[in-house]
Amino acid sequence: MTGGRSHWGAGMAGLLAWRNLAHDRSRFVVTLVGIIFAVVLIAMQMGLFLGFSDSTTTIINHTRADFWIVGKGSQNFEVTLPISERELYLARSVPGVAQAEALLVQFMLWKKPDGGNESIILLGSDLNTGLAGPWHIVEGRLEDLRRPDAVMTDRVYMDKLGVGRVGTQVEINNRRALLVGVTQGIRSFTTSPWVFASYRSAQHLSGFADDKTNYVIGRLRPDADPTQVRDALARILPRTDVYLSADFAARTRDYWMFTTGAGASVLMSAVLGLLVGVVIVAQVLYATTVDHLPEFGTLRAMGAPRAFIYKVILSQAVISATLGGLPGIAVSLMIAKGSEFSAAAILVPPRWTVVLYVITLVMCILASVASIRKAMSIDPAMVFQR
Amino acid sequence: MSAPALETRGLSMVYGTGDTAVRALDAVDFQASAGEILALMGPSGSGKTTLLMLLGCLLHPTAGAVWVEGQPLAGLSNHELAQLRLRRMGFIFQSYNLFPALTAAENIQVALELKGRDLGEAAELLDRVGLRGRLRNYPRQLSGGEKQRVAIARALAGDPPILLADEPTAALDSVTGRTVVKLLADLAHEQGRAVVVVTHDPRVGELADRVVRIEDGRIGL
Repeated sequence: MTGGRSHWGAGMAGLLAWRNLAHDRSRFVVTLVGIIFAVVLIAMQMGLFLGFSDSTTTIINHTRADFWIVGKGSQNFEVTLPISERELYLARSVPGVAQAEALLVQFMLWKKPDGGNESIILLGSDLNTGLAGPWHIVEGRLEDLRRPDAVMTDRVYMDKLGVGRVGTQVEINNRRALLVGVTQGIRSFTTSPWVFASYRSAQHLSGFADDKTNYVIGRLRPDADPTQVRDALARILPRTDVYLSADFAARTRDYWMFTTGAGASVLMSAVLGLLVGVVIVAQVLYATTVDHLPEFGTLRAMGAPRAFIYKVILSQAVISATLGGLPGIAVSLMIAKGSEFSAAAILVPPRWTVVLYVITLVMCILASVASIRKAMSIDPAMVFQR
Repeated sequence: MSAPALETRGLSMVYGTGDTAVRALDAVDFQASAGEILALMGPSGSGKTTLLMLLGCLLHPTAGAVWVEGQPLAGLSNHELAQLRLRRMGFIFQSYNLFPALTAAENIQVALELKGRDLGEAAELLDRVGLRGRLRNYPRQLSGGEKQRVAIARALAGDPPILLADEPTAALDSVTGRTVVKLLADLAHEQGRAVVVVTHDPRVGELADRVVRIEDGRIGL
């Protein structure tokens, strides 16, 4: 037996909430399954949005460059205007610049060994500096890209590109190339897979003029002020735009996510997922409340304050959010883990699990509003009329 | 001289309006005093339960007035009426209205907590109704008479001076019903509470200090 003095609502409201939920186990299981489903739905939509957002800047984020020099007016990373290689040498002369190199990014046609073409994005980088290039190499070695016209692509896209194994001869832009390695988890935001090569191979395969390039990327000296160096580069290179890496990533992400409307549709799906989740949870919590209406009537007849009844229903919401939300988050993490090997990334970063729990909590509390209204609409006199 | 525990004057209640209006109570004058058990009897639809609901601050009368321990209910807000019920009244229902998911002790602890009392009093209250050994039993594990005694113990939480009971023996066999009525009578006589019981049960009438008969919404002469 519980002893001691207790302020009303501190404990019995919570106990009543818990027992109301757990008393009918089959209904409780249905409630939890409904919440788990809603949480997974929201997590998947959010995860797709995050994955989509992340994939728009994956190359920029995995490049160790501090600054990016791009053709004036370029909107994003994938589609850019050529710049003169002269800009590279000018950039190197700016105080505060530790190193600078050219980076080539071009949409190309990949001819599959068994016929048919696929669009790819060829990325050529200087293998000596390691500023840019492939990562997560699971077959082959980075050094293998030094061979003439050697390329790597991601395992996710091997079927799409019609290559089954390393060593396969392919054609890019009607020039022969050799697949020398495979990466894992480097997804393209567009439908065109990334294909990595050395800068010279990329130049040769793309037929890009020797005195032209797409990007100049570089590192700053440790003691350099990034903003001052950026401004100095912009002054000396008036035919280009100069960005610090984070700014260029943000510009690219904003372009794809919001200017094109592609991100807005994914965001809308995430919001719809949330709404569907609220409806599902509202439905199950409402059903639980309706089942216990006579008890709420009894409480009201006894003279229980409104706050006590709010507390019972909100406690039901918090208990449901916790017991349904946590397994839902666990399932979402498993699905996200499984998506690492698929073309559509679902990202559920660890810090987002907290966000997801808070969303679940808010969703359950919002969903309980209808239940509170129902419970408070009961005429307490009903208890004498049963 | 102290005010009656419950008093009504010219109390009327009409449900609905126009052609469908039903007069449930018609100018009822009524009093119940501390230390007495009073049986409200009459045929179905005579207005007994309506009077009980008005006495319990659960309905607003169409006309007339109700006083609880000398305090007029007219003008009190719903919140104030709820507070009055919570502090001064205990309710006993025909179908017990226990929380099925809570044990006997927990059912009483809900009422104790609402009234700001020590939760440990639940054992003592169950003891008072002869159910100390049923602390941890759920309502489904109790007989009808035991459920009603738990409901009475819950009504006694916070030591209210007024008990209002609606057909408390209707669902009980004769022996159990008599035990429950005896318990209610003892609560009136030994503890000085005003106990008003709506009933069809003549056994209640036998043990009551007074029987008030209602017919067609009027107190019988």
